[in-house]
Amino acid sequence: MCDSCGCGDPEVVPVDVHDRILAGNDRAAAHNREHFRDRHVVAINLMGSPGAGKTAVLETTARMMAGRQQLGALAGDLATDHDADRLRQAGITAKSITTGSACHLDAAMVHRGLHDLPWHDVDYLFIENVGNLVCPAVYDLGQEANVVALSVTEGVDKPLKYPVMFLKADLVLITKIDLLPHLPQIRVEAIADALAHVMPRPHYICVSANTGEGMEQWLAWLEQVRVRQPCREVTHHP
Amino acid sequence: MHEYSIVGALLARVDAEARARGATAVHRLTVRIGELAGVEIDLLTTAFATFRDRTVCAHADLNVMPVAAVWTCPVCSGEIERGSVLRCAACGVPARLTQGDEILLDRIEMEVP
Repeated sequence: MCDSCGCGDPEVVPVDVHDRILAGNDRAAAHNREHFRDRHVVAINLMGSPGAGKTAVLETTARMMAGRQQLGALAGDLATDHDADRLRQAGITAKSITTGSACHLDAAMVHRGLHDLPWHDVDYLFIENVGNLVCPAVYDLGQEANVVALSVTEGVDKPLKYPVMFLKADLVLITKIDLLPHLPQIRVEAIADALAHVMPRPHYICVSANTGEGMEQWLAWLEQVRVRQPCREVTHHP
Repeated sequence: MHEYSIVGALLARVDAEARARGATAVHRLTVRIGELAGVEIDLLTTAFATFRDRTVCAHADLNVMPVAAVWTCPVCSGEIERGSVLRCAACGVPARLTQGDEILLDRIEMEVP
């Protein structure tokens, strides 16, 4: 009640909050991260456009790591189980997270996905996000590192068009480089230059899941993340 | 269109604050959205207008304060020019984002009986 003038009107009170709107997601992500670290599982959030080659990279990764490292995957998929099927055929313990119309995965979806996946004994858990260069970048899932797959067929200016996605990336995988001879207008140097304008620490590896080129470098990077874990500290402003 | 899910989280948070204080209505919300937050302010406003019905925010205004991205050098504190490579030309070190990735609920103005 307004008690300054006695008019009887309700009082309008300002409440200062200064908190992240996605604080609930951040808490769920921290919970996931704690689970992963307790179990020494390296969780990688793999993002990229639809068709960037995320699943293909994981298939080749699994074949190359067979017998050495155990891989798990949660595949975010709008409507089908196709990606998880392909991953299972490549020897990965995989489950789909069917998102319906949702354009991204959030930490709670990943947490629910973990309930359906025997993930405790895997060395790496790949969270293959929904194909999208916008929304997935906004949500922390509890991952150790963010990897963005960018295929050479997408052109050289994607990083400039979608800066937030690349800003959040710890590594960019430039995929399908076996196609470069057919794409005279695409130069890897131009992609690298675009990355340097949106990533303070631009780090990329050129790979082809088909020919295997660059894949050893990618595997070495994964090994580095595993050894250095925890490498990612999530900070938010302010 | 993750702006809809952000508005969902915003309304849930405001509802909890309003309940805790016994508020009967919310007049105005102030949020800060960074240029590099990955949130489209127009879509956020549309999503808010769609979802506020039948919540404590049904008649609330959404005041969005955009925050420009600022990159600085962690060594010399110099500002990196917009549109340039994100590395300090003088010190040679990677730039740091000092503002511009905020998705923040700043203030709720609510009616308390």
